[in-house]
Amino acid sequence: MSTDIASRVTQSKDISRNKKKLDGAGQFWLVFRYIALALLFVIAALPIYIMVINSVKGITGVSQSAAFIPPTSLNFGAWGPTWEILREPMFRTLVFVLQSSIISAIIGSINGFVFAKWRFKGSTVIFTSFLFGMFIPYQAIMIPLTQFNKWAGIGGTIYVLVFAHIIYGIPICTLIFRNYYQGIPNELIEAARVDGASMTYIYRAIILPLSIPGFVVVLIWQFTSAWNDFLFAIFLTGGSPKLSVATTALNFITGSGNQVYYGNNMTASLIVSIPTLLVYMFLGRYFLRGLLSGSLKG
Amino acid sequence: MAVKSPAKKPIESSKKHIQSPWGGFFFVLPSIIAMAIFVYGMIGWTVKFSLSNRTSAWSKDNSFAGLKNFTGLLEDPEFTHAFSNLVKFTLVFMIGTLISGLIMALLLEKGIKGEGFFRSIYLYPMAISFIAMGTSWRWLMDSAQGEKATGLNLILNKVGLSALENNWYTSEKGSMYAMALPAIWQMSGYVMALFLAGFRGIPDDLREAARVDGASEFKIYRHILFPQLSPTFLTVLIILGHISMKVFDLIYGISGKGYVTKVLAIYMWQVIFDFQNYAKGAAIAVVILVLIAVVVIPYLIYVNKTEEANK
Repeated sequence: MSTDIASRVTQSKDISRNKKKLDGAGQFWLVFRYIALALLFVIAALPIYIMVINSVKGITGVSQSAAFIPPTSLNFGAWGPTWEILREPMFRTLVFVLQSSIISAIIGSINGFVFAKWRFKGSTVIFTSFLFGMFIPYQAIMIPLTQFNKWAGIGGTIYVLVFAHIIYGIPICTLIFRNYYQGIPNELIEAARVDGASMTYIYRAIILPLSIPGFVVVLIWQFTSAWNDFLFAIFLTGGSPKLSVATTALNFITGSGNQVYYGNNMTASLIVSIPTLLVYMFLGRYFLRGLLSGSLKG
Repeated sequence: MAVKSPAKKPIESSKKHIQSPWGGFFFVLPSIIAMAIFVYGMIGWTVKFSLSNRTSAWSKDNSFAGLKNFTGLLEDPEFTHAFSNLVKFTLVFMIGTLISGLIMALLLEKGIKGEGFFRSIYLYPMAISFIAMGTSWRWLMDSAQGEKATGLNLILNKVGLSALENNWYTSEKGSMYAMALPAIWQMSGYVMALFLAGFRGIPDDLREAARVDGASEFKIYRHILFPQLSPTFLTVLIILGHISMKVFDLIYGISGKGYVTKVLAIYMWQVIFDFQNYAKGAAIAVVILVLIAVVVIPYLIYVNKTEEANK
């Protein structure tokens, strides 16, 4: 079993080999591959392209028949009013997402360490039963969770979302850290044990300093999924405007009745997507790693 | 470091003397309790709701109703409609995403100049919320045709395929097939990444050996590479399947609670929020859960077994 599934993807094959003279058929296939790749590129990029070009045409400048055509001059007129509506929910989202991601990462790291390096009798069964929590439809826990929030006194506060993302993030965060720690050689831990180090000391002194990439992966994963989450947000906040977050505020702008204001809607959608897109652009490798960890292998 | 496998045994046994085997247990205990309550306990609670008479927000009648709510669903045309929508969506979404993700992986798998660029472009949809992308897709799949055509219909019009113009997600028959398009678009990159990881986990020697033996490229894929990828195929099917059963934001972001694109998750939400019928909402949630569990639980047991075997 390979230790790191993500580097398998990102470490491209050595293509220098292919540089030797291609025969006719080889050249044909290379051209064919590029044409196919370019076609898929156009399809993949189309929705975000539309969003970007229509966000700089101003509020009234968007004509549907010309929506594929880039603007002749940049007009950020739609950005100001949209940002006014989105600023508060986005700031609120940022604060709650940071809280839940950091706590999730800490819990995931401790759990992952135990399941990878400090197994106890039955730990595999317990780990597997955690994983089930990753697949469940949240609809199946939503009604009791709403009641629990009321009972616990956090109903009507943003902590309903902090709490939900921490709890239901436990499976994936544990899994990512467990896979990550399995890549650390056992010899390292055995050697420390022989020297009389306790497991808690080993975790603090050996494992934690090696965990930074694992933390980055989990933080990015939790950040992206909590930022983009709509289900918990709409269920647990009950659509209350004083608890609106990025996605629910966006849905309020673009939802039924406002569907014709494409300039505004595209701008709002783009603004809400910017934070996760930035993370993806600069830390895409780690995002990919989190994504692949969710596939249970590695 | 010089110690090789024969010497492993004594270390294994010495471990027991140094460390209590239950030490780790106490560190995961808080999470075990949390999972027990918030996953398993709350599922049980939902099941209890689904078997109760709590059919309105006002009367707190939690008495036992048997399977009444479930049999009621079968007679509810709205539910059967949502269910058949979900089946249609799942079929098209799973097959479409599998094929397009596999094509992306096949195109990139051998390594090509610019691979990193293409890979990141194919994968970016995973980083954006369905609610945000819904805006673009709603416009792309606008039903206006002919003179007024926009979005995809406009493209079809311009390239001379105006016969293919259609109502997309608002059409009566094809709504779910159209709705699968944004879903395929969103998830293909993920499937590509899984397949790329699969392809690159296969040792190059296998391919080389077959080539030396004179096997054609097609045969190499058909008889050597694809059989090696069967665990990847299984993973992909499970991931796509459970995402499809739960699909909510993607459809809500494009057509809201619209009737033609209603699936179980949307209907459940409507039943809870608009009709305040807790028992019925819980019953729908249980149906979604069972659909997922029958696939995921055997899979988890299988993964667990292979892990034990690899230990």
